[in-house]
Amino acid sequence: MSGLTINDVSMTFELPNGGSVEALKNINLNIKEGELLSVLGPSGCGKTTLLNILAGFLAPTGGEIDLNGDKVVGPHPARGMVFQQGALFEWMSVEENIGFGPSMKGTPKAEIAASVEELLGIVGLQDFGQKMIYELSGGMQQRVALARCLCNDPDVILMDEPLGALDALTREKMQSLVLDIWKKTGKTIILITHSVEEALLLGERLLVMAPRPGRVHKEYRLPFAELGVGADLREVKRHKDFGPTRDEILNMIWDMEEEIMGRTETA
Amino acid sequence: MGQEILELIGSSLWMIVGIALIFALYLAISGVCYFVWGLYSRGREKAKGYTSLKTVTFGDESAVVANRIASIAAVIAIFLIWGVATGSKLTPNLLPGPVEGTVSFEYTATNAAGETGTGRIDMLVHQFGEKPEVPPVAAEDGDFAMNQSLIVAQRRKALIKTQADEGFAFTEIDGQAVSPGETVNFDGGNVFVTTRGSLSVEPDVGLTMEALYLPPPEAVWSRFIDLNKNGYQGVGLWENVFWSLIRVVIGFALGCLFGIPLGFAMGLNGWLRGWFDPIVEFMRPVPPLALIPLIIIWFGIGEQGKISLLFLAALWIMTIAARAGVSGVSISKVHAAYSLGATKRQILSKVILPNSLPEIFTGARVAMGVCWGTVVAAELVAAEKGAGKMIIAASKFQLTDIVIIGIIIIGVIGYGIDMIMRGAENKLVPWKGRG
Ligand SMILES: Nc1ncnc2c1ncn2[C@@H]1O[C@H](COP(=O)(O)OP(=O)(O)OP(=O)(O)O)[C@@H](O)[C@H]1O
Ligand SMILES: [Mg+2]
Repeated sequence: MSGLTINDVSMTFELPNGGSVEALKNINLNIKEGELLSVLGPSGCGKTTLLNILAGFLAPTGGEIDLNGDKVVGPHPARGMVFQQGALFEWMSVEENIGFGPSMKGTPKAEIAASVEELLGIVGLQDFGQKMIYELSGGMQQRVALARCLCNDPDVILMDEPLGALDALTREKMQSLVLDIWKKTGKTIILITHSVEEALLLGERLLVMAPRPGRVHKEYRLPFAELGVGADLREVKRHKDFGPTRDEILNMIWDMEEEIMGRTETA
Repeated sequence: MGQEILELIGSSLWMIVGIALIFALYLAISGVCYFVWGLYSRGREKAKGYTSLKTVTFGDESAVVANRIASIAAVIAIFLIWGVATGSKLTPNLLPGPVEGTVSFEYTATNAAGETGTGRIDMLVHQFGEKPEVPPVAAEDGDFAMNQSLIVAQRRKALIKTQADEGFAFTEIDGQAVSPGETVNFDGGNVFVTTRGSLSVEPDVGLTMEALYLPPPEAVWSRFIDLNKNGYQGVGLWENVFWSLIRVVIGFALGCLFGIPLGFAMGLNGWLRGWFDPIVEFMRPVPPLALIPLIIIWFGIGEQGKISLLFLAALWIMTIAARAGVSGVSISKVHAAYSLGATKRQILSKVILPNSLPEIFTGARVAMGVCWGTVVAAELVAAEKGAGKMIIAASKFQLTDIVIIGIIIIGVIGYGIDMIMRGAENKLVPWKGRG
C-alpha cells in the first residue's frame, strides 16, 4: 500500500499528578504519495504530538502508522523533518549541514557535493556554502534546514511551523519555495502552521484539528496550492474563495479557543 | 567560646576599618589620576564606533568599556605605593625611613656618693646585615659618668647597662628628667629607662616597611635576576615553575581523559548516571585541598600523590561539564540527526560531542584554575621542586623577596593559562553563544 496511513492513533499523556491528557484520540487519515497537507488548530490540540508520532520520535498509546506498508517504529530517513529553528548544527558549515544525511550513510563525497550544490541553487543560497550557520539570517537558516531535509531524499517531509519565526516578507518567499519544491520533487509534505493563510496556500488538503481530545475537526480540499506554484501568492490570495474560506476557518478556530478559555475559567 | 566569638567579631571590625582605609587611599589615588586624565584628554579623545553613540551608558553593561589608561595607571600606582611604603630608591621618599648614621645624646646620672656627672652616648645606626666598626669614644670629661659608643642595626634596640652596681641612676637625657619606666625622645630616637635602671635606646624607625615584611621593588628585582642565574636551594627558578606546570598538565589531562567519557556516560545512560551520581555529587563539594592529608597518607609525598590530587581536582569538574554538555544538546538537533539516518555512534561523535564542546571548555578553564591553585597548595605541604615548594622554603628563612617573586609568577602563569584556554576556545568553538 502506498502513502502514509494513520490508523486509529491515540496518544494519552499520563501526568505526574495522576491525571492524564488525551492529546490525540482515534485519528484516522490516509495521505497519498505526493500530497501537500497542511494542519491547523488551536494551541494544544495535538499537532506537534501528531507530527512527532509520524516522525517516530514518540510511540502512540493506541493505533499505528504505516508508510508504504511499513510500520513506523522509530525515526527513519524516509521521514524527514524540518524544525522551527535551532535544529541546525552550528559546528558545521552550510554545506556540511545540507550533506549531513548522505554523509552519515557513507555516500561518496563527490556525489554529496554535487547534490549539495544543486540544493544550494534550489533554495537560493549559491554563495553561502562555506558560511557557518551563525553567519546566516533566520530565513536563510530555514532554507538550509529545508535543503538538509531534501538532500536526504525522504519520502515524506514533516514540518512543524517551519516559517513561524520569520518576518512576513521572508515568510512569503519561503512559502513560494515550499510550493516549488513540492511541485519539483513530488514529495509528500505535511506542514503544521498557526497561520490560516499559510495553511490555505500550502495545503491541497487542509485539516483543522480540535482540542481535548485532539481530533480532526474538519477537512478541506483546496485549489490554492496548485494555483500558487510559480505564481504570485498575493494574486492567489485575491481568489474569490480565498477570503471566505479563511474567515470560515478563523471563526471555527476562534470558537474553539473561546470554548477552551471558557472551560478553563469554569474549571 | 563566647569570648572567642567576641574576639573574632572584634578583629573582623578592625579588619573592616583597615581594609576601608587602604581602599579609600587607593580610590583617592584613582580619583586624582582620573582628574589628571580628564584634564589631559579634554577635547583630545574622539570616541569612535557604535558604542560611543549610545546615550544610555549607565546601566547598559555592554556600553561600559574598561578604560585601559586606568588599568595602566592602576598598575603603576600599585608599584608606586609599594615603592613608597618600602622606602624604595626608585620612588620619591614621601615617608621617612629609619635613621641611618650616628645619633647621640647626653645623659646625666648620679652615683652612690651623691655626685652628679654627665656622659655622652654615640650610636652608629647601620643597615641590617652590615657590620661596621664601632666609632671611637668621645673624649672623657673626667667625672664618673663614662662616655660610650656602640653600633646598632636599623629597627633594633640597644641596651645600655647602668655603670655601677649600687646607687648609679640615670636622671636626665639631653636635659629631660627621667625615672625608671619612662620614655623620652632625643634627636634621632627614644630612650626607655627600664625598671632596673638600664637604658633601652631605639633609633627612629620611620614609617616605611621593613624588608622582612615587604622588600622594596628593586630588591625583589635583583633577587629575581639572582634566582634566574643561581636558582634557590639548587633548583632553578624556571625548573620549579616547570615542575608545577607539568604536574598540572598531567593531572588535568588525566582528569579530562576519564572525566569527559564519564560525563558523557552519565548523560546518556540512566544506569550509569544512577551508579556514578552519589560519588560525583559527594566529591563535587569536597575541596581538593581537604584531600591532601589523605593523599599524603596513601601515596607519601612523591609525584604520584600530587598527580592523583590534581587528577581528582579536575575529574569531577570535567565530569560535570561533560554531563551538562550532553544535557544541553537541544532535543530537536538529536531528532533531526536521527531523522537524517544517523546511528547512535554518529549522534555521539557528530552531534553530542561538538555540541558539548562549549560546556567542556568552560569546565576545562575552571579545572585548570583549580588545578593550578591546588598544585601550589600541595607543594606547600610536600614537594622537592615546584613553585609552591620554593616559596614555602623561602618563607622559612624569611626571604620575603623570593616569596613575592613566587606569588607574582604563580599569578602571571595562572592568568596565562586562562588566556591560552580562552584562545583555544575561540578558535575551536567559534559558534559559542551564537547558536
Ligand atoms: N510530554 C508531554 N507530557 C504531558 N503532556 C503533554 C506532553 N506533550 C504534549 N502534552 C499535551 O498534549 C497536548 C497537545 O500538545 P501539542 O504540543 O501536540 O500541541 P500543539 O497543537 O502542537 O500546540 P501548539 O500549537 O501550541 O504547538 C497539550 O495539551 C499538551 O499539554
Ligand atoms: Mg506545536
